[in-house]
This record gives sequence, structure tokens and C-alpha cells, in this order.
Amino acid sequence: MAVFHVINRTTGDRFRCDEGQSVLKAMELVGKKCVPVGCRGGGCGFCKIRVVEGEFRCGKMSKAHCPPEALDKGEVLACRIYPRTDLMIECMPQPAAPLAEQTKTKP
Amino acid sequence: MKKGVMRPGHVQIRVLDIEEAVKHYTDLMGLIETDRDEQGRVYLKAWTEVDKFSVVLVEADEPGCDFMGFKVVDEAALVQLEKDLVAYGLDVEQIPEGELKDCGRRVRFTVPSGHAFELYADKLYTGKWGVTEVNPEAWPRGLSGMKAVRFDHCLFYGPELAAVYDIFVNVLGFHLAEQVLDPEGTRIAQFLTVSMKEHDIAFIHHEEKGKFHHASFYLETWEDVLRAADLISMTDTSIDIGPTRHGLTHGKTIYFFDPSGNRNEVFCGGDYTYPDHKPVTWQAEQLGKAIFYHDRQLNERFLTVLT
Repeated sequence: MAVFHVINRTTGDRFRCDEGQSVLKAMELVGKKCVPVGCRGGGCGFCKIRVVEGEFRCGKMSKAHCPPEALDKGEVLACRIYPRTDLMIECMPQPAAPLAEQTKTKP
Repeated sequence: MKKGVMRPGHVQIRVLDIEEAVKHYTDLMGLIETDRDEQGRVYLKAWTEVDKFSVVLVEADEPGCDFMGFKVVDEAALVQLEKDLVAYGLDVEQIPEGELKDCGRRVRFTVPSGHAFELYADKLYTGKWGVTEVNPEAWPRGLSGMKAVRFDHCLFYGPELAAVYDIFVNVLGFHLAEQVLDPEGTRIAQFLTVSMKEHDIAFIHHEEKGKFHHASFYLETWEDVLRAADLISMTDTSIDIGPTRHGLTHGKTIYFFDPSGNRNEVFCGGDYTYPDHKPVTWQAEQLGKAIFYHDRQLNERFLTVLT
């Protein structure tokens, strides 16, 4: 089984990732916290990263968080990418939720 | 139940991979597959439920909740509630009988928090799964995993809680069982019921509309919750938090995620309410304890990880 290395260039963290293992799972297994952990299922968008260098396979991810144009820029969810080579990744700023009007009333 | 809304009836959950999701909700959680339809939707129920289905899974590009449905006592109540919703100023959509297999006509509306709800009066009565109607045994053999007892409630995140409260309490006849108030007295969480349960539905304030926090399923005992936790580890299922206790409702709980990132809860216990009970109030300054009674602090994931 191949073993790859993932380097987070934003934080300087480096960890191993076995073939077939997601980047997020590999990070959690070694106790690092350089990518936020959410649902681990490609749904919530919490672990979004940018892959700067390297090849990987993608599992299913929510289109709300990873539309095709994001994928083209290497913006993916760490819980749903499986390295094929060593990877260089970087952190993404968490997007602020769009504001909605709020009517406040007393109970 | 004063306006005829009886209980939570179903929830339609979007998943990224239907077969992975079916395996999760059946093998792990113990729901029973009861049907599939031409759209590829899969219908599931928990064993004590008397109607044909309570969970509908649908494959989609984006996980989350399409709608939650409440069963009303009869067609006359449905007709009246529909009139009341329209009179309140909500747009009401008619979903014809059979659009969900073996379900009668549904009346769908979207509340200002961005969530869609449905009312319906009829669904095929198939009886409790695996036990007879007469002289029933205590429980059926052959249940899987957590052996979920029933679909219990959903928690939604969104804005406009005051307007949502108005619709659920004044139009649909729900009762406020529990709430969280900020220092200015604004309600930032509301737990609403049409039964003796502390919540049949709950909302927590969030800026983004229409977000799904979790669908919850009832278990009988704390031992069952611990056993659920064991199964979550055995299957390497994504855990959120628990087993622990909530301050709100005092239910004993564990949270985890389905394979598409939708949060699930299984829980047991919890307080009861009657319509003459004043709402239980938690202060926002005590939100950590209100949500996780033992840790007494919130994890960021509970507030921000949603589908």
C-alpha cells in the first residue's frame, strides 16, 4: 500500500496519508488539527481546503460547497479527497453565512 | 394538538449516495426499508411506527432536508389548517395524493426561517413492524443496529424565529415547551410540541436560511444510547458528540452523521410537558450547559456544521 505525505503550507503541518484514506481522516488519526473537522461526509463544507500541488481522487461532495468552478481551482473537502501523490494543501477562510433579515420580538 | 396537528409524520432527507445512505439508516440505525419509487426515493420506518414510512431518502447533489411533514387528525382539520395558513399569508402548495407512495394529499408551505413543512391526514396504515396487532410481543426479533424506536423530531437552523413561532403556535396549535433567551429577552432557540414530548420540532437562530441540524430518533434507555455509541465506533461512523445529556429537555443523547454529512441523533429520556406548563427557559449565557449538560461548553461544530 502506498503512503503519501500531505503538507499544509498555511500551518506548516505535515502528516502521512495511506492510499485510500481521506486527507481529513489521516490528519485526525495523527491528532493534528490544521483543517477544521465537520461532518466528515462531504456535506457541511467545514473542511474545505485548496490543493496547491499533487494528484488526488474525489469522493462525492455537496455541490453547495464544491461547485465545478471550485473544483477547477483545487478547492475541495478534505474529508472526500484521497491522495494519489504527495499533496501540498492550504487552508481556506471560512465563508461567512449570508445575512438574513431578523425580526426580534420579546417572548 | 388543539388545531388538529397530531405528530411528526415524515422527513425527506437528501443524500449524496442513496445506497450508502440506505445502509446507514437500516443496518446501523435499525430503520426498515418499506418501499422505493420511480424517482429512486427510498422509504423507511422505525419498528413502532404504525404508518408505512417516516423517513424518505432522495439522492441529490447537496445533502440536507427537503421537508418535514406532520400528520393531522383528519381531512376536515387539514382543510381548516390550509385555510388558516392562507389567511395568515403563507403560500400553500398542493402536493397530490400518491406523490409520496401511499400518502394522501399534502399541503406544503415554507416558513420565514426557510424551511418547508407539510401537513397531511392520510398515509397507509401498515401497523407496527414485526409484532401482531393483537396480543403483541414486547419487541420484534430481527431488528438491526441501534433498533431505533421511532422518528421523533427535527432541529432546524434559520432566521426569523419570532415569525416561525407565530405560525407554529398560533396557526398550527403547537405549544412552546422550552426556549433559550438572550439577555435582551430575544428567543434564540424554541422547542415546540403538539404532544407531551419536549419537542416535536425545534429551531435555533442562525443567519442563513433553511439549514438542517439533525433528525432525531428515539431509543428506550441510556443503555441503548451507549450501545448506539458502540455501534458508531464499530462501523467507524462519523461521530459529533456524546453520549451525553442535554440541559434543554434533559434528554440523554448521542449525535453522529450519515454518510452525506446530515446529522442524526438517537436519544432517550427527556422531560414531559402539558399545555398548562410554562415554557422551560435557559439563558443564552448558559447555552453551553443548556446544550451539553456535562461538558458545559459548546463545541463549534454544534453551532456551525449543518446541511
